[in-house]
Amino acid sequence: MNKTNKEAPKNKSRRDFIVLTATALAAVGGGAALWPFVDSMNPSADVLALSSVEVDLKPILVGQTVKVLWRGKPVFIRHRTPKDIEEAQNVDWQSLPDPQPDAERVKPGRSEWLVMIGVCTHLGCIPIGDSGDYHGWFCPCHGSHYDTSGRIRKGPAPLNLIVPAYQFINDTKIKIG
Amino acid sequence: MSRKAKNGIVEWIDYRLPIFSFIKHLGEYRTPKNLNYMWSFGSIAGIALVIQILTGLFLAMHYSPNANTAFASVENIMRNVNYGWLIRYMHAVGASMFFVAVYVHIGRGLYYGSYKSPRELVWFFGLFIFLLMMATAFMGYVLPWGQMSFWGATVITNLFSAIPIVGESIVQWLWGGFAVDDPTLNRFFVLHYLLPFIIVAMVILHITALHIHGSNNPTGVEVKSKNDTIPFHPYYTVKDLFGFTIFFIIFAFFVFYQPNYLGHPDNYMQADPMVTPPHIVPEWYFLPFYAILRAIPSKLGGVIAMFGAIAVLFALPWLDSSKVKSASYRPKFKIFYWLFIFDVILLGYIGGNPPEGWYIAIGRVATFYYFMHFFFIIPMLAKYEKTLPEPKSIRSARND
Repeated sequence: MNKTNKEAPKNKSRRDFIVLTATALAAVGGGAALWPFVDSMNPSADVLALSSVEVDLKPILVGQTVKVLWRGKPVFIRHRTPKDIEEAQNVDWQSLPDPQPDAERVKPGRSEWLVMIGVCTHLGCIPIGDSGDYHGWFCPCHGSHYDTSGRIRKGPAPLNLIVPAYQFINDTKIKIG
Repeated sequence: MSRKAKNGIVEWIDYRLPIFSFIKHLGEYRTPKNLNYMWSFGSIAGIALVIQILTGLFLAMHYSPNANTAFASVENIMRNVNYGWLIRYMHAVGASMFFVAVYVHIGRGLYYGSYKSPRELVWFFGLFIFLLMMATAFMGYVLPWGQMSFWGATVITNLFSAIPIVGESIVQWLWGGFAVDDPTLNRFFVLHYLLPFIIVAMVILHITALHIHGSNNPTGVEVKSKNDTIPFHPYYTVKDLFGFTIFFIIFAFFVFYQPNYLGHPDNYMQADPMVTPPHIVPEWYFLPFYAILRAIPSKLGGVIAMFGAIAVLFALPWLDSSKVKSASYRPKFKIFYWLFIFDVILLGYIGGNPPEGWYIAIGRVATFYYFMHFFFIIPMLAKYEKTLPEPKSIRSARND
């Protein structure tokens, strides 16, 4: 009787240890088994395969915006007018909702070319060009105004229109992606 | 087969699996004798769910969940499949009718205090059903792959990008790509088919929880004795069948005379990822929540407010601590109830209009009032309202 009383707590803690470790391992195993299913919903290899688009800039006139499809999203390529550039540069950019100077949004020496993903950073609609309070873009869905540099100025969108990775292959051709 | 042998089989089965006892329970289930027609909307919502599942089953036999063929397959259903137009219109109109029934059902619960003790879990399961319905309806609307389908899906999935840090990854996970596209359509179809069955499971839990304490009633006074009740069958089966009849007449009117009235014409244009329609509006049943989303001038704030508008309903049984359930004995509550209903309709109107000018200001005031109702007015009423004397029992309220 005395013996069992002494042994009971010892056995119990040993049993607890086994139960706890077994449960913990089962939980880890269960989580690991779940992961392939969760991950299967992520973009697949063919979607991820780096797609890039080359765009010839020659036919785009001053003041014209062209939309090209890249990774299922439209990319705006705007040939800015001198007035656009002036407006974009003469702004106290530090006071903007998403502070960024115009120079950071274009390639050096090519400030006439503005290349951006044409998807509103609020909820993903496509903004309309040459409109809005800042002569840039206006998103009709929830009323976000972007300026001639594609920066958010007014409305619910939190960020500037995103500038994708791109490069100039030569003076009249760019490669997006 | 003799009567005795038949009973033998029934007893044999019932001893092993008590399905016949269960049917007997349903037949003998006693309900307050004073339920009005507002209590028919639970059954009406139930029949609406059955119609959606049945019509959906037959639509799925002809639909093709692929970004290249989905739009054409829906047109094929409309033009070539025998009675395809009828089945599709029943399904599309049926979604709206289901929401009408559920909104009236929820409104009934709010008016008569059906969410109060001991029916909090009935209320919770009802809210789960409501949430699942919204998810199902949203994904169903994407399937025809029209312009509103595509852009509605884009806007709603982008709501999750408001989550700090992981938001963008979550959205890409939902899409299975970098935009709403074929993988998105495929998974939405699968989930749209799955969720209704989860709704059925939730309905079973909703009704099981209901049958523990029985239905609330227009007086809000709990059943005291058998004198307060009548058997569900035949009294309320007949009453509900009459409700179904009226419901089906309205349903048929829309299906046969105004099948597209509740939809949006832009959805008869195929999805185009390069062009956003000038005014994206969700289906009417989402408009109040859409207005709340747009009322807050911050992305994350808007999303939180929109989900909060439903989340607050879960807290309602505790926000409203008044012991009196029915608005019939709460004169002030009754006024604020109707103000709240007006506010929700106003939000719906605002949600259907572009976010400019006065619509923005009114939307913000209405959103503020929506939350005020729950966080200030309801708790204050519970504390300070002078309620009218409740009847001693359902029977004495009826004077018979």
